[in-house]
Amino acid sequence: MKAKRYAYYPGCSQHGTAAEYEVSARAVADKLGITLVEVEDWSCCGSTPAHTVDHVLYGALAARNLALAEQMKLDTMVTPCPSCLIALKSARVMAQDKEHLQELRELIDLPLKGTIEVKSLLQVIFEDIGLEALTAKVKQPLTGLTFAPYYGCILTRPPQLAQFDDAENPVSMDKIIAAVGANAPDFPFKTECCGAAFGLAKRQIVQTLSAKVLAAAEAIAADAIVVACPLCHQNLDLRQEQVNAFRGARSRMPVWYITQVVGLALGFSPHEMGLDKHAVASDAILAKWETHLKEHAQ
Amino acid sequence: MRIGVFVCHCGTNIGGMVDSHQVAEAAKQFPHVVYATDYLYTCSEPGQLQIQTAIKEQSLDGVVVAACSPRMHENTFRRTIERAGLNRYMFDMANIREHCSWIGEDKEANTRKATELVRMAVAKVANHAHLHSSLFDVNKRVLVLGGGVAGMQAALDCADGGLDVILVEKKTSVGGRMAQLDKTFPTVDCSICILGPKMVDVAQHDKIKLYTYAEIDEIKGYVGNYTAKIRKKAPYVDWTKCTGCGLCMEKCPSKQSFDYHNEGIAVTTAINIPFPQAIPKKAKIDPAYCRQFTKGKCGVCAKVCPVKAINYEMEDEIVTEEVGAIIVATGYGLLDIGELGEYGAGRYPDVITGIQYERMLNASGPTQGHVQRPSDGEEPKRVVFISCAGSRDASLGRPYCSNFCCMYIAKQAILTKDHVPGVEVYVFYIDIRSPGKGYEEFTRRAQEEYGVQYIRGRVSRVFPQGKRMMVKGVDTLLGAQMEIEADLVVLGTAATAAPGAQELAEKLRISYDGYGFYMESHPKLRPVETNTSGVFLAGACQGPKDIPASVGQGSAAASKVLALFSKDQLASDPQIALVNERRCIGCFKCQDTCPFGAIEERELRDGQKVAHVIETVCQGCGLCTSTCPPGAIQLQQCTDNQIIAEVEALCQAWKQRS
Repeated sequence: MKAKRYAYYPGCSQHGTAAEYEVSARAVADKLGITLVEVEDWSCCGSTPAHTVDHVLYGALAARNLALAEQMKLDTMVTPCPSCLIALKSARVMAQDKEHLQELRELIDLPLKGTIEVKSLLQVIFEDIGLEALTAKVKQPLTGLTFAPYYGCILTRPPQLAQFDDAENPVSMDKIIAAVGANAPDFPFKTECCGAAFGLAKRQIVQTLSAKVLAAAEAIAADAIVVACPLCHQNLDLRQEQVNAFRGARSRMPVWYITQVVGLALGFSPHEMGLDKHAVASDAILAKWETHLKEHAQ
Repeated sequence: MRIGVFVCHCGTNIGGMVDSHQVAEAAKQFPHVVYATDYLYTCSEPGQLQIQTAIKEQSLDGVVVAACSPRMHENTFRRTIERAGLNRYMFDMANIREHCSWIGEDKEANTRKATELVRMAVAKVANHAHLHSSLFDVNKRVLVLGGGVAGMQAALDCADGGLDVILVEKKTSVGGRMAQLDKTFPTVDCSICILGPKMVDVAQHDKIKLYTYAEIDEIKGYVGNYTAKIRKKAPYVDWTKCTGCGLCMEKCPSKQSFDYHNEGIAVTTAINIPFPQAIPKKAKIDPAYCRQFTKGKCGVCAKVCPVKAINYEMEDEIVTEEVGAIIVATGYGLLDIGELGEYGAGRYPDVITGIQYERMLNASGPTQGHVQRPSDGEEPKRVVFISCAGSRDASLGRPYCSNFCCMYIAKQAILTKDHVPGVEVYVFYIDIRSPGKGYEEFTRRAQEEYGVQYIRGRVSRVFPQGKRMMVKGVDTLLGAQMEIEADLVVLGTAATAAPGAQELAEKLRISYDGYGFYMESHPKLRPVETNTSGVFLAGACQGPKDIPASVGQGSAAASKVLALFSKDQLASDPQIALVNERRCIGCFKCQDTCPFGAIEERELRDGQKVAHVIETVCQGCGLCTSTCPPGAIQLQQCTDNQIIAEVEALCQAWKQRS
């Protein structure tokens, strides 16, 4: 099968706090026949700070990356980060307006068409690769494990912009989890907010909101939470101790990226998937899985 | 030609953005114009008198009024000039309001445009011909579509007025939504008790011919002479024999069929009579569940039926009915709960819709009126209602208010308190909309007398928490987020257009709005008429409506039909296509284009075949005229010559300006 080529926009987290997302994303993409061509000289997407300051400058920051990707003559740009996704998609929408397009072109000093398609890596796996092809490549199914699929607040919202899955009850990750042999029960908090960037400004918001997500995952007896967003991961994993202190709990709920889940099933080792890089250790869930696999083999 | 021009100010509607006086002055210079003036309100009585006086004093033989859209007042002014002795078609309107003053912001440019529009209208009228209507007979039978409360009211009023009525209902029984309801607001009287007698009246009236379990396949014709093809769907039971004894239901082994009347909160048998008061009380087989159809063997009902009415081989039957008018009362649908992902989208059994709850409250419903959680059958200790579930929600494409939910939620909240001692009831609302007679008092009673807790705010999410449901929302009066644990959540789901409403509209050639509700001819002044002559609307097919409004519209539509049928003959509109037989080459391209089937073949004495327009069927759309290769068909009052005259007048104006 000929590999599908995509312009790849990693975003800043992939090179920092979410290094294991990057590693697993690239490995999974490679196995699934997706060639990720990193956009050369990519820059900040603007993210949350920019659009609170100036709408057009926010658009321009992301538009620069769109323009660079357009020069690569590829029809789709893919990013693993939902925050980058929304920034890039917003800029793309802005570029559809003639006046704004002119403004953006002047600001970034690059030719910009605003025609390149922008997708999340999750969408590419779910739609372009598809569940059938994914299932066919599964080497070691994650039988016996239960995951809480947590999409976060912006992966599917606003629906007019996201144009992917159901805004209020998305199921793409649920189905991917099922396709690799694990359980994904109905997770009522799947699109609730984790507190996002308030971890710095008003930590209590993150503590309150993330506490609810963790408690909800425990309520459905999940072995781990599955995310597709570096910021969600940071709040749920890195801050889990803080959140635990706040809610008076002692949970040790592992938080995995969807690419790590898929990667394990495709045959990569936990180490290759960077599962040893999380703040909350995955020893228990991995041991559980191993036991299951052994039982299964017998 | 002696043409008079009358330019209206329409108060400041036109006068504010067009110099009407200057337009009238300019018109005096146009060819054929012998008189021109402007007036504050040309449609007022003095305004019309001014036209009539000018016709007499100036011996006018054509009139142009520059005012609003012809949709608004063309008929008004035609009657005006007719009363002054002119042929009513020696008239044209220049639309200088909707097409000019309301849309342009430059008064000088608007005035110029208005002058050009008048110049064109004058050129057109100069080429007008006297037209005369012909009379045709009216078939004084009326077809009513939909046997809900609006349709039944319309049918009964028409029948009582002496008309023969054909009533077509999609389901096997008449009664509609109201037959599903337990109580009605604000009187809390039993719905079926007040509806039942009406249903019996409909069945027993000797002027009403009832087709239930039937739908419209095709409608042809025009006001006074419609032909309807009605598809009587196969119930697989011979209704001439079925006595409604119900023995088949007792014995049917397929007991897990979807129960439409109970909105799926119960199951029924594959062969069933939907409810005890059904009219007509006849059984029908649901082939999706019947074992004879799904597995090819069973035949239990055929064996037990004492009158041998079961016939698995039955097929749909098409009957044709000739009528003169049609009343559309096809009701509304309800939003698919699956669209409401945030409220569980049908995944959680204890989140139900208002109509499902209504069935549960109903003494003749599946729970005999006992309020039970669908998940475990337990009596709820706390019930939460969510209003505007899908309504007033632009993100779902339904920014409109569904009209009756506030009231039925208040009623259901009161009934919940009555049925379940000690129950707590919460209602999340955006605004309480209770503008009907006795309605506000009713919602106050729910709060003050029954202690129903009203929380002003929307719900963002409903999710399971143990055995209960957690309702997460906001109290906008307190400015605080809140979570309420509930045993049962009831959604006031949005009212939508009835399924299949668009397809029916296309068969009837009536228009519908962006949500699929049928368009009335005028939102204030012609609320039950459509723009298709002879087709009227009643009830919620035009927009969400409660029972009193639906009944009112049923009667209103009936009175419109009775007024229409008070004449034995109707006058046809002479502004139709006409074939010049000497020019027609008999290619019949026009016949293929005509959407109304108004063109027939006619053989001349020399054997040559030419096209001929059936006067009463032609709607004057003009499609044929632009299709005809030799230009043999001309639309009266919009002929090629008239259009060319208009264009020439416009070019003259531009030439003078440049």
